[in-house]
Amino acid sequence: MKPAILEVRNVTKAFGGLIAVKDVSLTQYQGEILGLIGPNGAGKTTLFNVINGVYKPTSGEVIFEGQKISGLPPYEVVRRGLARTHQIVKPLNEMTVLENVTVGACFGPQNLPLEAAQEVAAEVIEFTGLGKYADVLAGKLNIALKKRLEVARALAAKPRLLLLDEVLAGLNPSEVAKMLDVIRAIRDQGISILMIEHIMQAIMSLSDRIVVLNFGEKLAEGSPDEVANDPQVIEAYLGDPEMAKRILEEEEA
Amino acid sequence: MIEIVSSILDGLLIGLVYGLASIGLTLIFGVMDVVNLAHGAVISLGMFSLYFFFGAGLHPYLALIPVAIIGFLLGVLIYQIAVRRILDGPPLMTLLATFAVSMIIVGIGTALWSTSPYNVNFKVQTLNIFGYTVTSARLIAALAAVLVTFMLYYFLYRTTLGKAVRAVSNNREAAELMGIPSQQILAISFGIGTALAMLSGALIATLFPFTILSGSIYELKSFVASVLGGLGNPTGALFGGVILGLIEGSVAPFIAISWTNVIEFVIFVLILLFFPTGLLGGRK
Amino acid sequence: MKLLKAPLFWLIVGVTAIFALLPLLSNNITLRETLVLSAIYIILAANLNLMIGYTGYVNFGSIVFFGLGGYLTLWLVGSHHWGLYSAVLVAGVSVSALAFLLGIGILRLRGAYFALATIGVNEAVKDFVSNFDVWGGSEGIFLPFTAYKAMGGAGKALWTVYLLIVLVMGSSLLLSLAVRRSKFGLGLFAIREDEDAAVVLGVKAPLYKTLAYSLSAFLPAIAGGLYFFKNGSVVPEEAFNLNLSIEAIVMVMLGGQGTVTGPTIGAFLYERLRGMLLTIPGLSNFHMVIAGVLLLLIILFAPGGLMGWLYRIWPRLRRVLE
Ligand SMILES: Nc1ncnc2c1ncn2[C@@H]1O[C@H](COP(=O)(O)OP(=O)(O)OP(=O)(O)O)[C@@H](O)[C@H]1O
Ligand SMILES: [Mg+2]
Repeated sequence: MKPAILEVRNVTKAFGGLIAVKDVSLTQYQGEILGLIGPNGAGKTTLFNVINGVYKPTSGEVIFEGQKISGLPPYEVVRRGLARTHQIVKPLNEMTVLENVTVGACFGPQNLPLEAAQEVAAEVIEFTGLGKYADVLAGKLNIALKKRLEVARALAAKPRLLLLDEVLAGLNPSEVAKMLDVIRAIRDQGISILMIEHIMQAIMSLSDRIVVLNFGEKLAEGSPDEVANDPQVIEAYLGDPEMAKRILEEEEA
Repeated sequence: MIEIVSSILDGLLIGLVYGLASIGLTLIFGVMDVVNLAHGAVISLGMFSLYFFFGAGLHPYLALIPVAIIGFLLGVLIYQIAVRRILDGPPLMTLLATFAVSMIIVGIGTALWSTSPYNVNFKVQTLNIFGYTVTSARLIAALAAVLVTFMLYYFLYRTTLGKAVRAVSNNREAAELMGIPSQQILAISFGIGTALAMLSGALIATLFPFTILSGSIYELKSFVASVLGGLGNPTGALFGGVILGLIEGSVAPFIAISWTNVIEFVIFVLILLFFPTGLLGGRK
Repeated sequence: MKLLKAPLFWLIVGVTAIFALLPLLSNNITLRETLVLSAIYIILAANLNLMIGYTGYVNFGSIVFFGLGGYLTLWLVGSHHWGLYSAVLVAGVSVSALAFLLGIGILRLRGAYFALATIGVNEAVKDFVSNFDVWGGSEGIFLPFTAYKAMGGAGKALWTVYLLIVLVMGSSLLLSLAVRRSKFGLGLFAIREDEDAAVVLGVKAPLYKTLAYSLSAFLPAIAGGLYFFKNGSVVPEEAFNLNLSIEAIVMVMLGGQGTVTGPTIGAFLYERLRGMLLTIPGLSNFHMVIAGVLLLLIILFAPGGLMGWLYRIWPRLRRVLE
């Protein structure tokens, strides 16, 4: 088996009385795509926030490439080679797409000087299909392009592990297809990917393994087939009609 | 000893007036996340309104009623002109816009009334309470501040309109979904906040001489008090005002008055740094 | 240096040279006194822009750097018989260092909280200095006439100081340009747009904004030293005049916050406007009102200021000037 790139050990994150993530442990191996699924409010995004240092875990720790990263601020985490995207996109509105991506390249693990970063950014923009928009202000992009910008920015850091938070949500089928191509291409570069996704078809086909969260706790873990047939998982999803509806809607769209 | 206790008592009373001013500031922040930098200018206007009503022969305490009404209308006007358009923009824009309003008010005031001190001269008695002396004006000002605060609470918790204000304050989108006309509520809240500032200015004018620039001192005191109590929390603001008054009262006998400002500003910055949500907790 | 190839670099050098040479060649003291005010405004606006425009933090109390620079300089020159050059340099470095320490604290605050704290800092310093006997309390510091002797008498000293102020102005503009085109500037812009996103992308926001704050203090402090040395005295009300801080914000907004050239144009226009108003009888008392109306109009209708508006109708201009 390949060595682990990321280990989440017994992480708990509480907001006041609300326990958003409860004693979750998981391991991601190098080069794999690990899917993270679960109903709305299951704590997936919160777990991402703990992994990349936006939140300090209430207890537990996060190990990246053998080193403890929990407790470090986000800018230290990304400098070690772990980048992420946001579910609610955060474009730097009044800056161009090129500038946005340059930020990612400049301040990532390679700590590139400005000009070198601009070159990297230009490449990444081509790679993610944003080439036409390099000089457009990020605030002017539509949602699909903003999602792609999120990915491009994270990718420009040249991370070894990339966290993707619902990069497919809100995209139409042709946009989804394009994004899936991008994700596969990223994997083919040897970058490990941990991704949250609600679109089942997509996550089932992409992931090597899947972890399921429910009410902050890990409910199941295994290959896509194992997880899809796990009665507990089915119940968790059926128990959440909202979610079932959303999946249906997305499938139809 | 008597002197010290009197001074603390004085501080307590004036602190209630500071509290009233702070509630005006904190209410607006609580409802619409706007830090109203025209607050001090409006306080000054309150002082001058009282001066002119008094000059026209109205009893100063009766004059509080028209002052409050003018304050409300002025607040609605400021909201409609300077705040509404940019409420959903970056927060710094409302900060700058209300500051611009302040510059306009203070500028006009300076041109009309210069920056020399004015005084509302009416008979002031000193009262003797258990051997401690306070002036009646101070006592009345404090009582008026408390009364207005009670009225505000009654409004917020017992009337439909007041409940709507609280709903918008809690969550504007949700309130809108429930059919509450949020634009009107926001304008009304700005009006009330401004009226409270005018009232506190008027009450201060019954106690001390003032200039068009005096408001800025009380604006800073309001900030200190609201931040002490947690920005956005009216009860907290009142307590913050009282704490501030008590601090002033307790240090007054020992150090030159000019140092109290330094102390207050330092407290202000320290509170902002270490208790950004206030001692009593507010909304962020 | 790549900067040398930028047309804007040479534009800045040109403008600075015009400021220096115009009054010097015509030996026109009235012109010099008008331009010195413009230059000071430009210095204040350009450096304030590093915070407001580049980093997105509104500093209402930026004047505190100017005032402290003035006080330190006059104190060193007056009471300790330092030369002007070493005094302003030490003033600049110390104020900048002080700003760094202060920034570590107050830059943990965001938005309105930060803005309020900066007012608090300026007022606290003003009140402190008014009570600080070493610096003359509310009377301030007066320079003895002999202070100018070392520089060849008052007449010559004033010219020298003028040229120094113009030099500081040019440096401020170059600093704005250099920061704008640097990695540091890119990080600041990211912070301005979305600090949380910037941090996730790897920008060390706490360090970056503190550096920006500290940097924005350096040249204004030196300018304050030169300006008050030229005046021969400094008092708290003038040194820590919150209104001037606010006017500096108006200048930045007028020209276009976040642009390299905007604040300079804003400062120059504002100074002209103010000068015009002061000469119209009846309007002289209204300059704060007009500044307020101007600020309000900009915020409501043209938040990008003059340059923002120009760039919108003529995008190619941005390439040259930014
Ligand atoms: N900053 C916060 N403060 C308080 N509660 C929070 C915070 N962030 C998240 N929560 C709560 O934690 C729980 C988990 O939220 P989280 O965003 O992690 O869910 P999620 O699995 O990403 O859901 P979704 O599929 O809708 O994105 C929710 O109940 C949410 O309300
Ligand atoms: Mg989520």
